[in-house]
Amino acid sequence: MSVLKKVLEGGKFAVTAEMATPKGSNFLPLIAAASSLQGKIHCVNVTDMQSACLKASSIGLCIRLKQYGIEPILQMTGRDRNRMAIMAEYFTAASFGIDTTLALTGDHTTIGDCKDAKPVFDLDSVGILQMLSDMEATGKDCGGNDIEGQVPKFYKGAAVTPVYDPMVLQINKLRQKVEAGAKFVQTQGVFEIDQLKRFVDEVNKANIDVYIMAGIIPLKSAGMAKYMNSAVPGIEVPDWQLEKLSQAAAEGKEKGIKGLPTKVGMEMAAEMIAKIKEEKLCSGVHIMSIGAEENVGPILDMSGIKIAPEELV
Amino acid sequence: MIISEKKPFEEVLDMLGDAKKVALVGCGSCATSCKVGGEEELAQMEEALKEKGIEVVAKLLPEESCQKMLVKKEMKALKDLEVDAVISLACGNGVQTVAENTDVVVYPATNTKFLGQIERIGIFNEECRMCGDCVLGLTGGICPITHCAKSLVNGPCGGQKDGKCEVDPENPCAWIEIYKRLEKLGKLDLLAKTRKTKDYAASIYPKHINLKEKKEVAE
Repeated sequence: MSVLKKVLEGGKFAVTAEMATPKGSNFLPLIAAASSLQGKIHCVNVTDMQSACLKASSIGLCIRLKQYGIEPILQMTGRDRNRMAIMAEYFTAASFGIDTTLALTGDHTTIGDCKDAKPVFDLDSVGILQMLSDMEATGKDCGGNDIEGQVPKFYKGAAVTPVYDPMVLQINKLRQKVEAGAKFVQTQGVFEIDQLKRFVDEVNKANIDVYIMAGIIPLKSAGMAKYMNSAVPGIEVPDWQLEKLSQAAAEGKEKGIKGLPTKVGMEMAAEMIAKIKEEKLCSGVHIMSIGAEENVGPILDMSGIKIAPEELV
Repeated sequence: MIISEKKPFEEVLDMLGDAKKVALVGCGSCATSCKVGGEEELAQMEEALKEKGIEVVAKLLPEESCQKMLVKKEMKALKDLEVDAVISLACGNGVQTVAENTDVVVYPATNTKFLGQIERIGIFNEECRMCGDCVLGLTGGICPITHCAKSLVNGPCGGQKDGKCEVDPENPCAWIEIYKRLEKLGKLDLLAKTRKTKDYAASIYPKHINLKEKKEVAE
């Protein structure tokens, strides 16, 4: 059974991290990075060419993580594959014991690094979830044909943007995702407890039954935060955090200490995680460290989160 | 209307190679409206070719360049002429209809862009991608297949920023526009309606419709 399902349904505070596949075929550094996560988190999302930039396929790293003893969450977008190719990926995933997935529509090819590629979008996030649910319910593939042997089953999730205008559209789409089979959602990065509270209230008001995992992005510098504010939809880093990061940079420069803004970013992330858990705002957190997996363990230590070994089986 | 744009003249010349005598075929319908294949453009093309030493031996302007019978009739005018090549100034439909009706090589002078609305003279907007499975009844009359760069049928992706599309910030997010329209119409309940996964078998091409056969099926 899916580790994430067991954790969420068991009422434990779920912790997931995120890793990207390499742009190339060398997975070894990633396995080293993953080792720092072992025992600290429940599962690791493996991104599917995020930002539409060409990388090794998600399933490759999922298989390697699984073999290494880390539970992967297979991210699947509709950008590069039609429904047949998506279902084929899931058959393969199931054969390696991968049983948890996050369905996404995917960024458009034109914003990525292979702009001439044809975008597919045969299915969007809702369509992917529905296809899996239909497969599980009927034992048939997306063309209505019988599947040989055991029908794969996945614990399904989706993404959601808590800062969105008009919110009703986001809530409406979330409802469609849940009706199509999503049991958990991981949010875009949130930086203020109030942002998160407002979103959780909306979900509750709409009577949508889903486990919400708050997205946490540890900030590394004021520049990174400013960039995300301007370029990444749904991200709103508040001014006070930008100032804190700028101050840390100035202080580091003055005292000759390297990486002070990163440290401050980690502290802010840890504080946020601790608060979310303490106030029981969400069912868990999803930490997107953007290539700095080694920081995830220390952030969780700072926020006082410990995972019991029995939660990982 | 089918919206076309002129190809660069150099590209047309390149296709012509060493052709010395050519016939021009325009179109009195869409290609005239979007100013690529009407009387004026035929004259301009003739002038430009003349400068390059290419003689235009005939200029035809069928009412519609995609009407097979009509084009067949008009093309008879070329029968006894010595022509190295035909240049069609119509959309891709027109080029092919002309090509079906001659034994001479036909070159396109336009690029066919989209099925469009005429906002006003010279301003055209793509409104329909002819997916063969219309969803406009659920979306307040705004097509998400065309106006959403990902053709999403279940609401917006997370990529909009300030109501603008991630692919081209000049374009509004189709789903926010749909939301506003439905709100205005008092039909927001339509948003919650689950849309079926799109049947792309309906957009397999080439498509053919025979109304006579259809009638028989209906009976």
